[in-house]
Amino acid sequence: MRTARANTHCCRILSSLLLSLFALLGHLAAASPQRKSAEEELFVLPGEVGRSGGRLVVSLRGEPKTLNPLIAADARSRDVIGVMQADLVHINRASQLTEPALAKSWKISPDGLVYTLVLRQGLKFSDGQPLDADDVLFTFRVYLDENVHAPQRDLLIVGGKPIAVRKLDAHTVVFQLAKTYGVGERLFDGLAILPRRLLEKPYQEGKLAQIGSLATAADQWAGLGPFRLKEYVAGQRLVLERNPYYWKTDAKGNRLPYVDELVFLFVPNADTQVLKFQSGENDAISQLGAENFSVLSRQQRGYTMVDAGPGLEYNFLFFNLNDAGDKTSPDMQRKQKWFREVKFRQAVSAAVDREAIVRLVYQGRGSAIWGLVAPGNRRWGNEKLAHPARALERARALLKEAGFSWSNGPNGESMLLDSDGTLVEFSILTSSSNADRAKMAALIQDDLKQLGMRVQVVPLEFRSLLDRVTQTKEYDACVMGIASFDADPNSDINVWLSSGGMHLWNPSQAHPATPWEAEIDRLIEEQLSARTFEQRKKLYDRAQEVLAENQPMIFLASPNILAGAKNSIGNFHPAVLEPYLLWNVEQLYLKNGTENSTR
Amino acid sequence: MNARRTFVRWLVALGVLHGIVVCAGFFAPYDPVEQDRRSPYLPPMRLHLMDAQGHFHLRPFVYSQRLREGSFDQYGEDTTEPYPVKFFLSGAHYKLFRFLPSRLHLFGAENTRIYLLGTDAYGRDQFSRLLFGGQVSLLAGLLGAGLTLIIGLSIGAVAGYYGGWRDTVLMRVAELFLALPWLYLLFALRAFLPLAVSPLTAFFLIIAVIGAVGWARPARLVRGVVLSSKERDFVRAARGFGATNGYLLRRHILPEASSVLLTQAAILIPQYVLAEMTLSFLGLGVPEPMPSWGNLLSSLQQYSVLVSYWWMYLPALIMVPFVLGYLGLASSLQERGDAYKIERRSLGSRT
Repeated sequence: MRTARANTHCCRILSSLLLSLFALLGHLAAASPQRKSAEEELFVLPGEVGRSGGRLVVSLRGEPKTLNPLIAADARSRDVIGVMQADLVHINRASQLTEPALAKSWKISPDGLVYTLVLRQGLKFSDGQPLDADDVLFTFRVYLDENVHAPQRDLLIVGGKPIAVRKLDAHTVVFQLAKTYGVGERLFDGLAILPRRLLEKPYQEGKLAQIGSLATAADQWAGLGPFRLKEYVAGQRLVLERNPYYWKTDAKGNRLPYVDELVFLFVPNADTQVLKFQSGENDAISQLGAENFSVLSRQQRGYTMVDAGPGLEYNFLFFNLNDAGDKTSPDMQRKQKWFREVKFRQAVSAAVDREAIVRLVYQGRGSAIWGLVAPGNRRWGNEKLAHPARALERARALLKEAGFSWSNGPNGESMLLDSDGTLVEFSILTSSSNADRAKMAALIQDDLKQLGMRVQVVPLEFRSLLDRVTQTKEYDACVMGIASFDADPNSDINVWLSSGGMHLWNPSQAHPATPWEAEIDRLIEEQLSARTFEQRKKLYDRAQEVLAENQPMIFLASPNILAGAKNSIGNFHPAVLEPYLLWNVEQLYLKNGTENSTR
Repeated sequence: MNARRTFVRWLVALGVLHGIVVCAGFFAPYDPVEQDRRSPYLPPMRLHLMDAQGHFHLRPFVYSQRLREGSFDQYGEDTTEPYPVKFFLSGAHYKLFRFLPSRLHLFGAENTRIYLLGTDAYGRDQFSRLLFGGQVSLLAGLLGAGLTLIIGLSIGAVAGYYGGWRDTVLMRVAELFLALPWLYLLFALRAFLPLAVSPLTAFFLIIAVIGAVGWARPARLVRGVVLSSKERDFVRAARGFGATNGYLLRRHILPEASSVLLTQAAILIPQYVLAEMTLSFLGLGVPEPMPSWGNLLSSLQQYSVLVSYWWMYLPALIMVPFVLGYLGLASSLQERGDAYKIERRSLGSRT
């Protein structure tokens, strides 16, 4: 936090210096739209100065569902919205720390309950309309309105009460919290400030959810992000153009972003994305699998491949611990008796060869994990958490303690039997579109065979897999992965809390089903309102320990963030936080006037 | 006479090919599901006769392969020690013909592993998987074709012999089946089944599905043969002596269809093996880790495998000798059999 404020200060000095410089040079620069007018308080970004112009083409896994931040739930929509909208305070994806965005500075009261944010002067939405405190008030009113069902609402309920927002003057907004919130100003990251003039009427008519489709006319949509809507071709691409009113400049005072157009191609298949990148149709690529990464690295035809290091994705195996009551089939009851046995889960965890997963699935470009905090997260991991190597003997001992026994099968292989003498046999679901996780499941299948468990791997289309896990709850076990969007524990709160929708092994519980889940709930709630990092870290460390003891999720491995871009792309520095590639989209530029991708 | 000799030749060739697959446990050096996690995507090993020092060895040998430093799929030969290929050594357990337990393998090496066709993503021996995969694919083809022919024969015989409304109804149903997009039907069918099916269930499911879908064509052929032969003089004579329908069909009419059926079988079997491969390739066949020719190829759906590991294509070639064998058999059957003559004779009797 401190660094962020110092940063603000620096920036302010820098920008005022630049302002005076421009007052002198103003007439020389003429009224170029690239230059800023005197009353605007712009954000000057350090870093390499690029050149303007050109078109940048990247691909998306599919069509985004909407441009409207109020209803966007899918990753693709969030990717696009991320470059069209802006937030008050932003988490810098490279430093993982907050930095001023639309708010040039902020103050937190000593009791941690009052946040005072000062907006930059003279900012304009991409349609040329000015931004003021009323837009901020309107935005938070909409987010908090129950009838809008915005996904952001949950984040803005602190201590059971919605955050109260009021304005002090045209550029100062005060946020009043009911309880201290350990997350601090990170809270504002990703909360897009919406144009009141455009949305007020639909809001009053209750039509907010209907607007902001991809087919919206370009002049009917506006934001504060570096790009604005230009053209949408159904099934093919979304073209954005640079926002001429964007509020960031480079060190030389050139208004960002550099590129004139940003094109999202809709390419549903990861392999097709690789082919398009190879053939030059895409300028940059991210979320690469290790195998495709090594194919591209081997060829090196005019592009640079970057291994940005460990990310925040964690892959894990979990068992169905839902309690369906009387509706549970006898078969499921029998299986759940094993799954609920903590020693059974610990044994499975001890038998999994994580090192082999890293080598065979990620070709070494990843790390084995034993907890939810992935190695890309530099501040929040619990260093004391044990990292036991694979130990089949320990796994067998645990199973024995839990009443399991072995017998010899017809082909001489050993078979694990439970205390009733039934064969331990279950299936693991994986997403059929994710080759990495399918491979993990196949490795686990073989690992568990050595314990005498008979495991089947069932690849399912991702949507029906999610349906089974969260809705019908008809499954035995499942391999899945989650990528935290931020390093702060808050980003995984839905996984931690027993009431959370991503508490996958037993989601959305009314009351915690087990004492340890209750303890985790308490620890997580407490760390949320703890004031200092040390206090929060202590509570969070304990939560990680409880999770590791009980193994509701058996953590497997975390891949490195792998990305690539043409050599002609300047300022290409992929981050380990989402959006890996486009987090600094305003600074990406094309070198030497090379006309890049053709459509 | 000549036709008979080629027929026998094709039959022997196919017999040898099938024999190797049936005795996969003996010919394959390793267990097809055993993972060697130190050797993922190992390219096929070379058999040497000349070692690194220039000495000639009478017994072929291999060098063990080591991962190159810092790489996860690039190997180099470790030429310090040659490992001679040993024959008839004891190794992984298997069951010959599914009941004779044995550990004897045709070849192998001591203290190292021989990967003649390389390994897959998990370091499993592709050669062993290919042989064991054949058991699934070929058996599915054979049983599927058998099922199709039985259904086709009964329906064709009923339609042809009894004629009338039965003929009309059955033939319209046959046309319906011919027009069905059966691959999509299978997808739909698979969605109704329980989530996890055991390899054996999956296997019989495939057989049932491919067997039940393809009966229309053989049924139409059989119907044609029955239609013409039931009007032949010796059939009429038999009927005149009071032969029942069942007797006529059994003794006089269906034997006429036998050569048509055999030819059909020889054509259908490779077709059905390919159908099984298609299903497994798309993930509808026997589940991992059990090998079949289709799921051996399914890793080729990944672009990185397609461009990096050429030996993963090899399972695609295995079908070539089998298809050639069966088609050769079919054509020699056709020459030898009376299929052609029946047509002529029946035409003659009508005029």
